Formats: sequence, structure tokens, C-alpha cells
Amino acid sequence: MVAINPEDQSAAGRVPKRSRLHFLWYLTRRSPLTLVGLLIITLLVIMIVGAPFIAPYDPNKVMLSARLMPPSAAHWFGTDEVGRDLFSRVIYGSRASCGAAFMIVLISMSIGVFLGCLSGIVGGVFDSAMMRIMDVVLALPALVLAMALAAALGPSLFNSMLAVAIVRIPAYVRLARGQTLSLRERVFVKASRTFGASNLYILRWHMLPNALSPLIVQATLDLGGIVLIAAALSFIGLGAQPPTAEWGALVSSGRSFILDQWWYGTFPGLAILVTAMGCNLLGDGIRDMLDPRLGTR
Amino acid sequence: MKAAPLLSVENLTVRFPGATNWFGQVTSQVHAVNNVDLCVLPGESLGIVGESGCGKSTLVQAVIGLVRLTSGRVLVDGHDFAGANGTLKRDLRQKMQIVFQDPQSSLDPRLPVWRLITEPLHIRGGMPAAALRARAEELAVSVGLRSDQLDRLPHEFSGGQRQRIAIARALSTDPELLILDEPTSALDVSVQAQIINLLLKLQRELGLSYLFISHDVSLVRHFCDRVAVMYLGQIVETGPAEAVFDDPAHPYTRTLLASVPSLENSLPDVDASLTGELPNNRRLPAGCYYRERCRSAVPGCELPQALLAVPKANAESAPRHQARCCLHMPA
Amino acid sequence: MTAHSVQRPHALSIENLSLEFPTYAGAVKALDGVTIKVGNAEIVGLVGESGCGKSVSTMAATRLLPEGRYKITQGSIRLFGRDPMAMDEEELQQVRGKLVSTIFQEPMNALNPTIRIGQQLVSVIRRHEALGRKAAEAVAVNILADMLIPEPARIMQAYPFELSGGMRQRVLIAMAFSCNPGLIIADEPTTALDVTVQAAILRLIQGRARRTGTSVVFISHNIAVVSQICDRLYIMYAGRIVESGPTRAVLDRPQHPYTRALLRCLPERVRPKEPLESIPGTVPNLLDPPPGCFYRPRCPEADARCMEKPHSTALPGGQAVSCWQRAGHPSHPSSEVPS
Repeated sequence: MVAINPEDQSAAGRVPKRSRLHFLWYLTRRSPLTLVGLLIITLLVIMIVGAPFIAPYDPNKVMLSARLMPPSAAHWFGTDEVGRDLFSRVIYGSRASCGAAFMIVLISMSIGVFLGCLSGIVGGVFDSAMMRIMDVVLALPALVLAMALAAALGPSLFNSMLAVAIVRIPAYVRLARGQTLSLRERVFVKASRTFGASNLYILRWHMLPNALSPLIVQATLDLGGIVLIAAALSFIGLGAQPPTAEWGALVSSGRSFILDQWWYGTFPGLAILVTAMGCNLLGDGIRDMLDPRLGTR
Repeated sequence: MKAAPLLSVENLTVRFPGATNWFGQVTSQVHAVNNVDLCVLPGESLGIVGESGCGKSTLVQAVIGLVRLTSGRVLVDGHDFAGANGTLKRDLRQKMQIVFQDPQSSLDPRLPVWRLITEPLHIRGGMPAAALRARAEELAVSVGLRSDQLDRLPHEFSGGQRQRIAIARALSTDPELLILDEPTSALDVSVQAQIINLLLKLQRELGLSYLFISHDVSLVRHFCDRVAVMYLGQIVETGPAEAVFDDPAHPYTRTLLASVPSLENSLPDVDASLTGELPNNRRLPAGCYYRERCRSAVPGCELPQALLAVPKANAESAPRHQARCCLHMPA
Repeated sequence: MTAHSVQRPHALSIENLSLEFPTYAGAVKALDGVTIKVGNAEIVGLVGESGCGKSVSTMAATRLLPEGRYKITQGSIRLFGRDPMAMDEEELQQVRGKLVSTIFQEPMNALNPTIRIGQQLVSVIRRHEALGRKAAEAVAVNILADMLIPEPARIMQAYPFELSGGMRQRVLIAMAFSCNPGLIIADEPTTALDVTVQAAILRLIQGRARRTGTSVVFISHNIAVVSQICDRLYIMYAGRIVESGPTRAVLDRPQHPYTRALLRCLPERVRPKEPLESIPGTVPNLLDPPPGCFYRPRCPEADARCMEKPHSTALPGGQAVSCWQRAGHPSHPSSEVPS
């Protein structure tokens, strides 16, 4: 059965090194969708970093003479009810929307991985208690928790981020715990124990490095969903507050004009859609590439 | 005259909980290793042969401390290994190292070779990175790797080279005893020959002792001075390799030897001893463990059997060749 | 069609087959000009180390390689005179059960864990033979008994996980023989098993095949195992057949340096504690194989001629070898291996 796996045959000899360009070419041929995802995310990053250089107008500059203008050469995505350029607002909105999503993933991932590894290594009652707590957290809907937090602490982007981050923690706890449990049975971890290694040593040198790649895949896939949730929170008024440019908030204000000024809600909505899709495509692609059965590259 | 054993296992028994009831109480037990005694003398190779489920892997894991002993003792250089702690434990660990079966899984895929080789030293601590690297280079060369390969990751190597890395790692603490748990069964024959030759060379040069676990009878015969044949967690026959293999006393050993595929022999006839199932090790049979499959079972086999010396015309090897079978014992 | 031919077609005939897997790093040339003939009622062994292409060649013949992941660059395959590459899915299903059965290394993967053994056997039998449930059950019990399975009626009621590895493998062999196929491909069927069980299973396969006149292709990395049950052997190295011939002839008078080295690697033919003969170097990278003979970089006898690809030379006694060193002298004086 070994022979069917083309990788095995190259294992004995050295695989020749190929250039980055070759990698891109291979990606185009084997998985064009991953390439599309990569492209979207790259564009997004450029947008976030270079917003002041790309945006033709100040996103908050009111121009009452140019209210609710349809898309044109001067205003690619048109203007809103006070004459702000929508294209610029969408560009700047990527900072609020994606920045929030990124922070949420970072917070929930670091807390989740810490608790998950701890749970997997310590085991016993601690582990059981942790998993039950996570079950409870998992049962909380993100939007409801966000509303509760908003009611208690006042609506703000930070509060809604906190709510989403809390709800996302269990996914990472479970993943990290599962990784820890399976790695604990791996022979190289057992070998390390026979050399007298402590739990901390094994966690630092064997578990974290090996558990990282599935976690990164999970994070990339999560990012898309969180962009959607963050936008949804802003849409119902629990996230970014005006006049901050944020995609969800833009769609929300564009809603009242949807019949006559279609462009107002459509373009920010498309931005959300494309971003979420890009994250998912890239995440799927990375997962496939890391899957040893599909080859290591 | 007789040297003190480097490793001695006394009356070792390992049981695992097999099933538990609703209250978490153990209702049945898996008897993995039953009252095993063995010793390894300085400079010798002891082979343990047996089929899957005979307890040889559990025995090794119990010896190295990965599995808790139910009863019995493991002595390394005369000191109780399981009960030791602190610096004594550390020193005993240095003397005994293990090489696992599959180098693919026994090497962390994310560490470079030099870190893998020196992991036991890194864990012990007190050596700067430069010294570890120098030691890794020295070890790598001694097992036939090139020093320019030190920064590569395990997946860049073939199976045989990976097993060399694992051997270098085991040698890093200057051990006196290596436990080899099926070190070549994941490799192709031509590569197996390279690894066996390397191990024989290391033994000659460093005076190592080996505890060699294998299911491959012809390999054990080639590699080992003494052997122990295990069946159902028990040693059924032990003695010098040539005595056991050329003149097997236990019926199980005979069946095992007859089944070994060989270029010269034809297939053995199929009989009950080949087609029967291994008895369940949750409830041990009374008397001889092999009785149900044994072709030569006689009245008397239902009594517990002791490991006794096989009577030999050649008196020299007689006391060392022992079998657990009443057919060979003077009445 | 071979209507004009008087001979019955070979059970399996692979002619000059080359096959590659396109990968990220380039095309892996898994097979290069492989020719394998399996006659009727013949037991043929395919021996080689991992990655030499022994499984790939038979999986190509039964179209079990992942579709679209491989490319046949030359050669032809015939199963009982028919071309599997030209068959549609329905024909393939028919052929796979009725004409060719495959026994794999890991029996647990080939059995459905949620269905009783008996039901699985009966459904296989009824798919290919017009039998009632009762009759098919009787056939199944008979075949299990034939495989020396104690209490076949009880085993019929068991689930796969209740059986040991050896027992499961025997059930799979029973399943493979159940429709009286003309050809059985046994891909390392005993590698995961203990030697005592292995001996029994080899005996069973051999006995049953001889009685029913079934052809068998037996794939193994273990030359000793293969030699015990096969009439003829093919030795493969890096996707090529290096030597073939009747089992005894190949073992007693190995011609190719690789075959000789393979036999000398075994501890069986060496005195205890003596160094074993090992083959220096490693298997060539099939992404970028060396020119000429693939064994040349590791071969002690190689010379300038070996830079060209050797052809297969037929020797008296049915042996054939792909080696320039044997091409000129069919009866090389040093070809005897001291045992």
C-alpha cells in the first residue's frame, strides 16, 4: 500500500528545491480557489495598511452638495446621505471590521490554546470541569451575549468584540485539548519522557510547535465567520458607533435607502461577502496543504 | 566470575484495568506481563521473541518506566529504577536508553537533527547550545550520518537514516544498555542489514549491552547471545540462542520456528496450533498457558508449570537453557 | 480480440507499462517499462522494497489507483484479454468481483465494521451469483470452513471487531475466493500478521488456489514469504523489473546484482554476529532517476555500459534479467550463491 503514495518514493532521495514562483504556479493548477483566497486576503491587507493612500477622499468629510450621488468616475461607489464618499468609507471600514475580527481571533485563540493545553496535560477533575464550563460558554449565542454586554457596559466596538471572543474560546480549547491528548500518545513524546522530560518541557518543545498548524487553519477559517458576526453586531447597532466607518454599520445605514439608492448598502455588503469568502477559501486551502495525505506542500 | 547484571527484572507483573463497572471499580484485568524474570549482563545481547500480544512491548515499557509496574522490581546496576528519584534517577536514566520501532513517529517532525540527537542532554540541562551541537556532530558521524545534515528536519531523511538519528539520540548520554524495540521492523531488508551492522559495530566498539525485542526469529538468532521466548505474558523458554533455536524444548518455540518463512523450507502443515486463537488474556488459563493449542499436551499440563532447566547431554549449557514445559522435566 | 489465437489469454498481462504520478515537485515515474505475465492457475510473486512499484502495477491493472492522479505514458494491460482502461464503471464492478479479487494488507479497512461477517459475505456472493439467501449462506459457511475457521456458523454472526487480525484476514480471503474469481491479487496479505498465522494463511491461499485453478499475484517485500508459495517471481527495483523466473532458479542462481544483494541481506544465510551484506546508498529518486540502469549507483559490478538502460535478456530455464553484465554471458561463472 505504501507504493501508491507518490511522496514515499521521493522520501529516499532529496526533493529538488523549487522557487516561490513555481509554488504559485502549482497552486494555480492544483487549487485555483486557494489562489483566489490568497489574492483577496493580500488585497485586503494592502487596503488596511494603505487606506490613506488608496482612498480618494477623507472618509468623514461631509459634502452636502454631493448627497446620495450614484456611482460615477468621481465617486466610484457613490456617496451617502451627507455626501461622504462611499468608496473611501469602505476602504477605511476594512480597518475597523477586519481589525476587530483579527483581535477577536487573537484573543480567543491565545486564551483557548492556553486553557486547552493545560486541560489536556493536567487531566482529571480539572479537565472535566473545564470541558463542562466550555459547554456552557458554547451554549451562549454570540449576539445575545453581545446584547447583554452592551446593555451592561454600553454599546461599543470593544464590548462586542469581547462578547464574540468569549463565545469563540471553546472551539480553541477543544482543538488544543484534542491535539494535546493525541500528541501525548505520540512516540516522540513518550521518548522524551524516558529521557526524563517534564510536562513543561514537553509542552514547550513538542506540543506547541506540533499543535500550531491545525490551530492556524482553524483561526483562518474563523476569521471569515467573525467578520460576518462583527458586521452583524454593528448592523444592529451594538458595534462600531457613528461616525466610524465600519462595513456592518454602513450596510445598516444604507438599509433605509436600499430602494432608491441601491449602491449605499450594496458595496459595503459586497466587501463583507468577499472578505468572508476569501478567508474561507484560504483556510480551506491551507488545511488541504497541511494535510499529510495530500502532500506536504 | 559471573559479572553483576546491568539490568535485572525480578518477578515483573503488569496488569491493566480491562473493564470498569458503573462505579469506576475495575471488574476485569488484562494480564499483560506475568511474573517475568530476566537479566542482561554487561556486553551481552538478550533477545525477546514473541508474537503480537505476548507482552514483549509492555515489558519494555515497564522496564523503561512508561508503564506502571503492578508488582516486581526493575534494577539498573543494582538500584531500583522505578523507586529512584532525584540525581540517582537521573544517573540511572543515563545508563539505559531506548530505540523505538518506527523512527518516523519517534522523532519530533519539527525539530532539526542536532536538537533531536541531543534531546536527552538538553533535558538534563547544563550544556550550552554550542556544546550540544558539537556533541551532536560527533554522534551523527559515529552512526554514519554526515555533519552537514545536522540542520535538516526528519522528513528529509529516509527510514534508515531516521533510525540512525534515533540511535545517535540513544547514545548521547553514553549509556551502557540500549533497549531496542523492534528497531528494524519498519525498514526494508537492505536497510535493516545496514542498521543491524551498525548496532553490531557499536556493540564491539562501545561494549554496549542490548535488550533486543523482535518478532523476527532469524534476526534474533543472528543478533543475540541469549534469548527469551514469550507467550501470553510469560517466558516459556530461555537460554543461549543456539541452544533454544537449534534444540527448542517448548512446543510453542517449535511451532514458532517451523512457521518462520525461509528460503529453504517449504510451508509447514496447517494444524490446530496455527489456526487457533490466542487465549484471552483477561482470564489466564490454569496450568500451562499453551495447553489449549499444544499438539503434545498430556495429563499434567493442567498444573502450573515452572521454568526449569532442560536436561541436556551437553552439561555445559544445561543449567542456562530453561523451559516451562512438563514434558521435559524428570518426573 | 484474440479470436484467432488458439491459446487462452493470460489471466493478467502487463506489457511494457510506464506510469507516472504528477506531483508538485514534478512527475514521479512510478513504473518504467514493466512487463508482467500471469498465466492461468499460476502463482506469481512480485517482490521489492517499499516504493518499487509492486502495488502500483497491480492497482493500475484493476483501476484501483485514484482516477486523474496518475498518467500511463506507454504500454498496455490485459485482464483475461480485456483492457481495463477501456472499461466503464459498470464493467469494472463486474470484473473486480467476478474475475479479479484483491486481498489487502490491513483487513480491518476492507470490512464494514457495522455489519456482521455473514451478511457481508452473503451480499458479495449474491452480487455475483444468482443464489437465494439460504443457498448463499450455505456457500459462505462452506468457504469459511475451507479457510479452517473454527465454528464458521458462529463467525457468520460476529462483527469484524470481535475477530483477531488473523481471523479477519482469513474472512477476507474467504470473501476473495467466494465468487471463484480467475485471478486473486494478494497485496502484502500477511505483513501485519504473526508468523504462525502467516504460515497458516499462506497455506490456505496456496491450497485453495491450486484446487480451484485460480491465478494469484502475491505481492510482498519479504522474499522468503514469496518463495514459499510462488511458482515464478518478479523482482522489482525502482519501478522496473530487474529479474524474473521460476522461484527456485531465481533463489539458487540469482542473476541480477540487486537480487543477489537482497538474498545476502537476510540474516538466514549468514553466521550469527557476522556483518550482514547491506546495499550501500539509497533507492534513486523517481522524480529524477539516474540515466541507464537504476541500480548502477549502488552496484559493485557497474561499468560504462550500465550508463545505458539495460533490456531484459532471456536466459535458459525461463529466467530473464535486465543487466548488461549478464547480457553477454548467460551462464556467468560466479552466479552461484554460496548458502
